[in-house]
Amino acid sequence: MVATQETIDKVKEVSKSYKYGFITNLESEKAPLGLNEDIVRFISQKKKEPQWLLEWRLKAYKKWLTMKQPNWAMVNFPDINFQDIYYYSAPKTKPKLNSLDEVDPELLRTYEKLGIPIKEQEMLAGVAVDYVFDSVSVATTFREKLEKEGIIFCPISEAVQNYPELVKKYIGSVIPIGDNYYAALNSAVFTDGSFVYVPKGVRCPMELSTYFRINEQNSGQFERTLIIVEDDAYVSYLEGCTAPQRDENQLHAAVVELIAMNNSEIKYSTVQNWYPGDKDGKGGIYNFVTKRGNCLGKRSKISWTQVETGSAITWKYPSCILKGDESVGEFYSVAVANNAQQADTGTKMIHIGKNTKSTIISKGISAGKAQNTYRGQVQIQKNALGSRNFTQCDSLLIGDKCGAHTVPYINQYTPSARVEHEATTSKISEDQLFYCLQRGLDTEQATSLIVNGFCKEVMKELPMEFAVEAQKLIGISLEGSVG
Amino acid sequence: MSLLEIRNACLKLDGKDILKGLSLSVNEGEVHAIMGPNGSGKSTLSYMLAGREGYDLDKGEILLEGKSLIEMSADERARSGLFLAFQYPVELPGVGAMSFLREAVNSRRKFLGEKEFDHLGFVKEARKEASKMFVKDEMLKRSVNVGFSGGEKKRFEILQMAMLKPKISILDETDSGLDVDALKIVSEGVNAQRSKDNAIVVITHYQRLLDYIIPDFVHILSDGAIIKSGGPELALEVEKNGYAGLINAS
Repeated sequence: MVATQETIDKVKEVSKSYKYGFITNLESEKAPLGLNEDIVRFISQKKKEPQWLLEWRLKAYKKWLTMKQPNWAMVNFPDINFQDIYYYSAPKTKPKLNSLDEVDPELLRTYEKLGIPIKEQEMLAGVAVDYVFDSVSVATTFREKLEKEGIIFCPISEAVQNYPELVKKYIGSVIPIGDNYYAALNSAVFTDGSFVYVPKGVRCPMELSTYFRINEQNSGQFERTLIIVEDDAYVSYLEGCTAPQRDENQLHAAVVELIAMNNSEIKYSTVQNWYPGDKDGKGGIYNFVTKRGNCLGKRSKISWTQVETGSAITWKYPSCILKGDESVGEFYSVAVANNAQQADTGTKMIHIGKNTKSTIISKGISAGKAQNTYRGQVQIQKNALGSRNFTQCDSLLIGDKCGAHTVPYINQYTPSARVEHEATTSKISEDQLFYCLQRGLDTEQATSLIVNGFCKEVMKELPMEFAVEAQKLIGISLEGSVG
Repeated sequence: MSLLEIRNACLKLDGKDILKGLSLSVNEGEVHAIMGPNGSGKSTLSYMLAGREGYDLDKGEILLEGKSLIEMSADERARSGLFLAFQYPVELPGVGAMSFLREAVNSRRKFLGEKEFDHLGFVKEARKEASKMFVKDEMLKRSVNVGFSGGEKKRFEILQMAMLKPKISILDETDSGLDVDALKIVSEGVNAQRSKDNAIVVITHYQRLLDYIIPDFVHILSDGAIIKSGGPELALEVEKNGYAGLINAS
């Protein structure tokens, strides 16, 4: 059911507070509405993919048809009509863009509105950015710098063309096509995402980053990211997202696979502030993401750091498989749910190798009528001798109509491992607020200060560039929740 | 025009009358002490002046430099120059003491149209004042009041007072929980801020604090109103005869 112009205007009027609410007027080349085998072939053809990938997609699609939507999470949403989505949309621009000069000026204006000063980034930040606009990547900067180190950072569709052996070897190795309903769907219809490869012994000299934007009505965003880091190598990857205001639910079912070899490290940070829906929960993004890292090598390390403040529904468990002996998995998370948002998030740490270690620090903040659930699994297999886990899961409740729930699963099959779980639930006390007010801070400042204090342990894990944006984001997302 | 004027303040809490026609006039350059037994309405008075939610006057008026405070929120009152040193300062986990101080000082400066401090400029200023209050650098790196001893909390309150430079300061039982040494430090900190441009209201149970912070005026608060006022010698009378004697006499 497509929104009428009247509805769009009404929503715009009502939700003025969402800073990033706008729609770019670009002619989009779209696939016909709905999903069937032809659409899968259409996508593969548009991307000029090799036969093996088309077959992989079709296998995933057929698997998806046999699967049922999972419904065990503590989230409620109306049934998704998968036939009412455009699975491919691309702006009409030249297919190959080697420099920013070739980017459509309308697109550049869009990025400016999103607060990304391209010129500035190019000169000062030294961050290589792979802009993803709807389903097609538009520009990649700093290629030469990275190429010198032998680092590959490009859209996944490009990697399929230029490095097919790498993609074929690793895609689906961490999250197989049948892993879950949404991963199967993603495998069939993914349209883009990032591909990163860091060769042996190389420490990537800059933060790698990608921005997402969901535009077209009813177009799902099915990004697929694959990051491979060889022995003794390091990369830090930032994922930051904004999206325009919509009154139709938009599905975001991405898949992220990370592979870390011996002595290597992948740091994956996310700041997410997608449209959360209006005060009554109408509209807003559905963020159903599957993210998993495979610590394949000995002494490898994968850290997930996330600040999630947006989306109507957040359903994701960035996880680590600790296969290599002495490998380390970390999960640092701040999840904010306000008004009518719902979040069921957490992580899975699967200890397989010996002396593996995992750390989970989860901070959930609930306000309004929101429901925030932490769901975590710590699995210590019987050969994971000497493994250790520390989990700290804290909930902060603002107001008396919201909820916080904790669902921990601890499965330990060897007595030589050590698992610690701590959980706290608290409210922002009136005394704390009054203390800040009495020092001249207004309610918004006071709430932001106290909440950021609550999240400090997680915030300090974020790369500097994100930490500032993230702190502001938390403040903005809680506006109106106190006082 | 007095700096702070309370006219016939009446306040009910949970249906019970707590402040029953309290009146007080404080001029610039003055230090007033308010003494009273438990239940006389001392903390209600401080919260009411500071504008805490739930402590609105049912009747009466409060004027700061001639301007009514009644319609002002707690933070507006603070920015206008009203400071409350809490009896039990609350902890703010994860909120760095130094950044908290800076935000507070900058809100006041912004209100006054003065230039706000940047991080480095502020640290310099803060350290200067902190050393006077025997607040170590290490303490400023911690979270506000987290793990602070009773004495440290009170010293930090007075440090905030020194940095905010309020027009009117209300010290709510600042002496509670302090040993003699801490009492001396806190009192010196308060006395160092006495000037002809501001005023201080010291709320206390015990006469002892008033040996160090010598007031110009002493008022006896009983059952929600001021029943007797006098000079510093009134405090000594309380010490000698207790509140009961004074209350029965009035």
